[in-house]
Amino acid sequence: MRRIRIIPVLTLQNEKLVKTIRFKNPTYIGDPINAVKIFNEKEVDEIVILDITATKEKREPNYAKIEEIASEAFMPFAYGGGITSLHQIEKLFKLGIEKIVLNSILATNISLVSEAAKIFGSQSIIASIDVKKSLFGKNNAYKISGTSKINKPLIDYVRLLEQVGVGELFINSIDRDGTYQGYDLELIKQISSLVNLPIVACGGASNIESFLPAIQSGASAVAAGSMFVYTGSTRGILINYPKQTDLVEKIYNFL
Amino acid sequence: MITIINYNAGNIKSIQNMLKRIGVKSCISSKPEEIEQAEKLILPGVGHFDYGMRNLQESGLIGVLNKKVVADKVPLLGICLGAQLLGNRSEEGVLAGLGWIDMDIVKFDKAKMGESLKIPHMSWNEINIKKDSNLLTGLDNESRFYFVHSYHMKCNDENDVLTNTNYGYEFTSAVEKENIFGVQFHPEKSHKFGMRLLENFINLRI
Repeated sequence: MRRIRIIPVLTLQNEKLVKTIRFKNPTYIGDPINAVKIFNEKEVDEIVILDITATKEKREPNYAKIEEIASEAFMPFAYGGGITSLHQIEKLFKLGIEKIVLNSILATNISLVSEAAKIFGSQSIIASIDVKKSLFGKNNAYKISGTSKINKPLIDYVRLLEQVGVGELFINSIDRDGTYQGYDLELIKQISSLVNLPIVACGGASNIESFLPAIQSGASAVAAGSMFVYTGSTRGILINYPKQTDLVEKIYNFL
Repeated sequence: MITIINYNAGNIKSIQNMLKRIGVKSCISSKPEEIEQAEKLILPGVGHFDYGMRNLQESGLIGVLNKKVVADKVPLLGICLGAQLLGNRSEEGVLAGLGWIDMDIVKFDKAKMGESLKIPHMSWNEINIKKDSNLLTGLDNESRFYFVHSYHMKCNDENDVLTNTNYGYEFTSAVEKENIFGVQFHPEKSHKFGMRLLENFINLRI
């Protein structure tokens, strides 16, 4: 049976777990270690942890916290936030993470990707692209937690990332973040038609039914934040993850 | 004592974390005299085949590993690239492997796979158990493991195949020959399934 990866994304402000809506209004959720422990019990496929204020505050990754999280993560663990150098990347891998997520640095030092891929392999390097639509409906890539537009057409940017050797593209729709409106399927279709890379779709998932359309639109994996930390649209905090039997019945059987 | 071989080509911390969770002491070592003392060995590995082989050569450990594994029959578990290095050679590189298991490492054959399947094979997948093994006690064909790889093992002797896995087609995902074990997947990142496999390895009596 073919499976696809279903990935909870935890956003941190340094050591605090928070959740945003359209990259704004971070709401405190709790302690990331607790969340990861619960995700262990739920046997999640993989976990992505993003420190969304590291770059903004010109901080390095919080190595002590990441190491603590990694020691509790018995699933593949990707970290992003504040990464700017090969030295930092090496340090992160030694802490026990499997993948790094690069975003803002890609706009200024894209050669970091090929340098890192040569040593650690492409499979360990995820390029994250935060996408927001302009007033005229055009998709643009953003950096620094969605606050600064990247002045390169999205199509060119995506192709360039494939050339320099990233292993996966993490496509996050800023417009859908925390909205429960479903994934931006047009965006997934557009990007998956441009590159051969696996695409992880993020932004807008509301429940298990959201996943299959994203896969059918070309994503290789699906990620979500709100639906895994809140219960229902009332946004009561509850760390949760679908049961394997439901995933088989509602998704894997259709792949 | 379980000794994790450190030759600068693997995510050894995750393996140590999982062993700690199981409640087993392990040491990470790149010293021949420490490896000489090992009761069980784990050979991790992530990355390019030649990079792994070259690092292993430069670490000066191949002599002691040959003695421990081939002559003394100390159990060894290769993980991911560490499993591939047990073979003769790989299409990924030019260097010879350790040659302990008669197998070649080949690239996924895109022609035999569907359009939607990407390389690397990066996903959770099930195993199809091919022979009885103490390494798989408590595990079955529903057990799932995390895989990340672009090349896979291909045994020349079917008797060495422990499990197969389907990704576009059936490939060998674990091998076993006497005291030597290799798994393509990452047990240290595969929840209770990987934990059980590592516990089984720790409890092996050979």
